[in-house]
Amino acid sequence: MAEIFEKLVYYFQNVPTVRYAFIVGIFIALSASLLGVTLVLKRFSFIGDGLSHVAFGAMAVAAVVGVTDNMLIVMPVTVISAVLLLATGKNAKIRGDASVAMISVGALAIGYLLMNKFPTTNNVSGDVCSTLFGSTSILSLTPADVWLTVSISIAVVIAFILFYNKIFAVTFDENFARATGTKAGLYNLIVAVIIAVIIVLAMNVVGSLLISALIIFPALSAMRVFKSFKSVTICSACLSVFCASTGIIISIIDGTPVGSTIVAVDIAAFFVFWIIGMVKGGARK
Amino acid sequence: MAQLTCENLTLGYEGKEIISGLSFSVDKGDYLCIVGENGSGKSTLMKTILGLHSPMKGKIITGDGLLQTEIGYLPQQTVVQKDFPASVREIVVSGFQGKCGIRPFYTKAEKRAALENMKRMSVDDLQKRCYRELSGGQQQRVLLARALCATRKMLLLDEPVAGLDPKVTSEMYSLISKLNKEGITIVMISHDIEAALRYSTHILHIGGDVFFGTKEEFKRGLFISDRSLFNGGEGNG
Repeated sequence: MAEIFEKLVYYFQNVPTVRYAFIVGIFIALSASLLGVTLVLKRFSFIGDGLSHVAFGAMAVAAVVGVTDNMLIVMPVTVISAVLLLATGKNAKIRGDASVAMISVGALAIGYLLMNKFPTTNNVSGDVCSTLFGSTSILSLTPADVWLTVSISIAVVIAFILFYNKIFAVTFDENFARATGTKAGLYNLIVAVIIAVIIVLAMNVVGSLLISALIIFPALSAMRVFKSFKSVTICSACLSVFCASTGIIISIIDGTPVGSTIVAVDIAAFFVFWIIGMVKGGARK
Repeated sequence: MAQLTCENLTLGYEGKEIISGLSFSVDKGDYLCIVGENGSGKSTLMKTILGLHSPMKGKIITGDGLLQTEIGYLPQQTVVQKDFPASVREIVVSGFQGKCGIRPFYTKAEKRAALENMKRMSVDDLQKRCYRELSGGQQQRVLLARALCATRKMLLLDEPVAGLDPKVTSEMYSLISKLNKEGITIVMISHDIEAALRYSTHILHIGGDVFFGTKEEFKRGLFISDRSLFNGGEGNG
């Protein structure tokens, strides 16, 4: 045990990228968990998945075009897709799940095609794998990346707190909110933009295939046990940060891929909360 | 001037008309029941009054100091709400959201008013409970308390007693009557013609025969159409 602890201390003191990964992981986990409740309740769980595939496709395009900063292409493309999917979802000709499936699979295929056709490095499958599962990118962060991620995460948290009551009203009963003068369309749009930003950020940590887990799992776990919107939100934020830090520590000690380790810890936490919920609410059902 | 006037409304979906040429008005303190068969356009009419739909033709005018966004609404339960983790207090205070505009948080006065409305609906002792664990009648009262936060003038109720047992149903009706006596205009969609005749002051029947008038006029009309039915069913399709 002491050995493991020493190893950790060594890494944290001497390897800056480990420190960066830890900071970035925690901030991203925090901001990703916040909107999970809203997405789950609005039956939008899969939108996170769809958008992350869009981000993957955009990343491939950015690599082929040779932009210096991938964010310049990935961020706007993902935000626009999010707005199209979430904000117009209600009245579109092709409805919800079908359009998400179309866009996500389409973007995945085009992205992979482009990466193979115009390879930027010799190791195409390695590139693809790290974009999909985020295996290495979190350990190659620069201080600038860290600052960018931390400041965007803080902006997301502040935006969430400011719009908290509006997001609640629109999620719980959109028609009522609209009828009594809340600009539901505007707030749906804000939710969409925040989600897209989170997804692009989280791509660095867990890769595009595993982002949904970061958004959905903490919220689902918290919903097993807690009963008010506020307590569920706070719990899922704390849980997400806890799981992310545990996951990163395990992956440092054991040399496992960061993204999938975090998700595995999230899954374990979900089962723990599920059991707690069963024991607590045994009389209820 | 009437609080709510509908002039020559034509309603429908995607170019298909459901109702055409509908005109009626609601005065302050009225209790209007909208009755009609399934699919006759009751819900569409309600959504149009609330401004969620726009009418194909005609217009809706609010007056007598009532703004369109000051109409409180008791919707039918949605699927989302069945597993929504929210406390009663959180839901009731969200009725004030429309008045917040860009302000991010509720004021103390709004929180106090929310508590008052919970007391009026006798759900104040449930305020920390989770909404999804309440009984159907309790849930309806919570949503009524929320609607009261959004309005002091007019309530639109969409099948408020659907799925409630007879005892809770009659409690619900007397609660609504009480609100009406306190000066809130009630517009209610209902299947239940008997209850409509017992509690309301005005009736709007849509689908097939369109009728709008006071309860007494409606009763007379019923009598005539009963008799014509008895005489051979003339004129009634």
